[in-house]
Amino acid sequence: MSQKNKYAQAPNKLSVALIVNGTAQQLIVAPWTTLLDALRDHLGLTGTKKGCDHGQCGACTVLVDGRRVNSCLSLVVMRSGAEVTTIEGLATRDNLHPLQQAFIDHDAFQCGYCTPGQICSAAGLIAEGKAKSDDEIRELMSGNLCRCAAYPNIVAAIKQAMTVMAGKS
Amino acid sequence: MTPYIGTAISRIDGHAKVTGGAKYAAEFNVPGLVHAFVVVSAITKGSIARIDASEALRVEGVVDVLTHENRPRMADTDDAYKDDVAPDGTPYRPLYDSKIMFSGQPVALVLAEEWEIARFAASLVHVKYEQEAHLTDLYCQREVAFALPEPAKPRGDAAKAFAAADVRHQGEYYVPIEHHNPMELYASTVTWDGGGKLTVYDKTQGVQNVQRYVCSIFGMKPDDVRVMSPYVGGAFGSGLRPQYQVVLAVLAARALERPVRLVLTRQQMYSLGYRPAMIQRIELGASAGGTLDTVTHEAITVTSQYEDFFRNETTWSGLLYRSANAKYTHKLTRLDLPTSCDMRGPSATTGVYALESAMDELAVALRLDPLELRLRCYSDRDQNNGDLPFSSKNLLECYRQGAEIFGWAKRNREPRSMRDGSELVGWGMATGVWEALQVPITVRIVLTANGHAEVACATSDIGTGTYTIMAQVAADALGLPLDNISIKLGDSTLPQSPVEGGSWIAASVSNGIVTTCNAIREELLVLAKNLPGSPLANATRDEVTLLDGRLVNRRDASRALSIAEVMRVSGVDRIAQEKSTSFANDGKHAHNTHSALFAEVKIDEQLGVIRVTRVVSAVAAGRILNPKTAHSQVMGGVVWGIGVALHEETLIDHRFGRVMNANIAEYHIPVNADIQDIKVIFVEEQDNIVNRLGVKGLGEIGLVGVAAAIANAIYHATGKRVRDLPITIDKLQR
Repeated sequence: MSQKNKYAQAPNKLSVALIVNGTAQQLIVAPWTTLLDALRDHLGLTGTKKGCDHGQCGACTVLVDGRRVNSCLSLVVMRSGAEVTTIEGLATRDNLHPLQQAFIDHDAFQCGYCTPGQICSAAGLIAEGKAKSDDEIRELMSGNLCRCAAYPNIVAAIKQAMTVMAGKS
Repeated sequence: MTPYIGTAISRIDGHAKVTGGAKYAAEFNVPGLVHAFVVVSAITKGSIARIDASEALRVEGVVDVLTHENRPRMADTDDAYKDDVAPDGTPYRPLYDSKIMFSGQPVALVLAEEWEIARFAASLVHVKYEQEAHLTDLYCQREVAFALPEPAKPRGDAAKAFAAADVRHQGEYYVPIEHHNPMELYASTVTWDGGGKLTVYDKTQGVQNVQRYVCSIFGMKPDDVRVMSPYVGGAFGSGLRPQYQVVLAVLAARALERPVRLVLTRQQMYSLGYRPAMIQRIELGASAGGTLDTVTHEAITVTSQYEDFFRNETTWSGLLYRSANAKYTHKLTRLDLPTSCDMRGPSATTGVYALESAMDELAVALRLDPLELRLRCYSDRDQNNGDLPFSSKNLLECYRQGAEIFGWAKRNREPRSMRDGSELVGWGMATGVWEALQVPITVRIVLTANGHAEVACATSDIGTGTYTIMAQVAADALGLPLDNISIKLGDSTLPQSPVEGGSWIAASVSNGIVTTCNAIREELLVLAKNLPGSPLANATRDEVTLLDGRLVNRRDASRALSIAEVMRVSGVDRIAQEKSTSFANDGKHAHNTHSALFAEVKIDEQLGVIRVTRVVSAVAAGRILNPKTAHSQVMGGVVWGIGVALHEETLIDHRFGRVMNANIAEYHIPVNADIQDIKVIFVEEQDNIVNRLGVKGLGEIGLVGVAAAIANAIYHATGKRVRDLPITIDKLQR
């Protein structure tokens, strides 16, 4: 025991296993590590963005077991066994996800920083099957801020992707 | 081949941005990275009496804690801290001494093996302060504001003309502090490359500005610091000046001789620059016929105690409308805040808001349609600047097309006269104006024999679409397919570029690319002429163009040679040219962009909830290089205008001198559900004077005027004039 341990210390590390973009991952992390920081710093998946770290901006949105969540508000040790999909896991080897293509087609971003979160959130939204009208898409995408303010183009891109995905299923 | 310029090309960086491949400043993971976390001041003014970092240092994984007491040496002159765009004054020096000048000022930097450990240990750094009384309230200090030199020469006698005017309006307009809040957090990753060399991945609008600043503070040689920002997650002016995190990250990397990353928190970003709060007073005097006789525009704006930042809010008023008499004054108030800075459309967003609100009030006083008033006051000269004509000004067409698409003719002039169910409906309009600026820039192009060209310039793409328009212009000028062009930017080792701001980069870099492409073409022509039996043997420089991968004689298209063939036969693998372009002002024209804004609001009569249901923005900004990215830029500007009008305000608790809503939930910005129908129109505006391509820039013009159009629509809906922004429900109900 070092003398250091008489004082405030970082908590002991834990082991956590989860599946990220189809690949099993084993992490040894302190329990205070968020899913967001685990993805960015431990797994090198920097496509998921940190915009506020407070669940206010939506830039960190990923899909956990198919549902969209703010990964900054989720501790990775609480996601043991979960299947996580990030922006890096949406495209196949040959093809972009219909949302990714639609975001390019409709210029649904400028700086691109909120974009991975917007796309993951939109994927979750489409899976939820709730949004039918433009107003519903706007409302249900309002947890994802875009300071460049591509909002109308984001709505148009989601509608295009919905049509493409409906045609495929 | 259809030219790429003017075609709605999708962003060439789009694939990287939708797949997560685009890397921002905090995303360069290198082995052995040290994570830094800033401890910030709990007081607003005074000094640090004592810092105790012992508890933090005992945490396993903490590498060091840097403070003003133990930091490595930094420059000790003000000049060393002056970046390319610093205002007058004595720039702030991060972690330099014990003096506290604003709330949230960094006082210590915790360095640890993991980010969470650094953050935790930061909570264990104990600081004792000597506190002094602070002042952060503009209204308490307006009487002691000091006058700046006259923003522009007055003309006539504004006071006399106002007294004599048939119809008068005077009003005072307030704009609060606003923060840029780009989505990306301010961050720097510094890699330790050995031999004292550093690579700095920084969130900035000007890599070379940061490079010079870092070299100057740390006495480093230019070759020892390379600053990179291949992608920037928005900035909107906040990245024009280097921010303190880059100084601290470099300081730490040099102290530890290890790579270091520092990411600010969203809360900490509220201690960077901001749009200054301001009080503006406007006096307008008009003839009964609705022409302006006089305009007086006064502004009092806010800065820090140590630097005098300001922009000219007032002079837009005497530029935009014809008026024989005009007078401008600008006063500055020093408060215990960080230095204010440029924020999208600096000076015009706020100055034109006040002017265009006042013009609406004048129209009401004249019982005149507000668009009709603008037409009667229309100016085809810059009266502030020797009565020069404009290089181009198609604002009349903006008014005409904007009004037609909006349906302005159906407007009932009376307030509260239009409704939709339980909602009052209001229609308002305003004019926008910005400068068509351009700056000296250098572009290097390397053309290889396989028909590929690399275009390089140290400018930035902060979301503006710079990558894409650079590729379009180069593809056209070199006669190559877009896919054969690669763009390098955001790297301080590339050819010279100033910071990306003021809407000046599109015009500057696109014309810069043409200059360098012309040099390439001329070199190709020399090679082509020397080929045996060359069909271009007698062609002059001006006769030859590059098209579809060939050198072609414009007068006789049958006289042509393939570029690849010319290079191959000449035994040349690559042609490299680096040329600088500057923009001589002929002194005979004013260069501006313009817009006409039309806005519809619907307001719940009982609750006062305001919705912006329609905005039409008609823009005259010269040649549009890419209608797709240009549309996004102006649409984004309109949304920003909705934020300025209805949402954005940094709230300071003046007892503590501290921002109360320092987060992106309580500092309101528009969200998707706030935004409905936005139509953007680019009217034809050919400009053969401003620069070779006739490009004028779009970053700011989309925002200017929007807030006034919405404020005017709210008046039209309710009959209530709110003169302080943002226009919130409580102000409407007062």
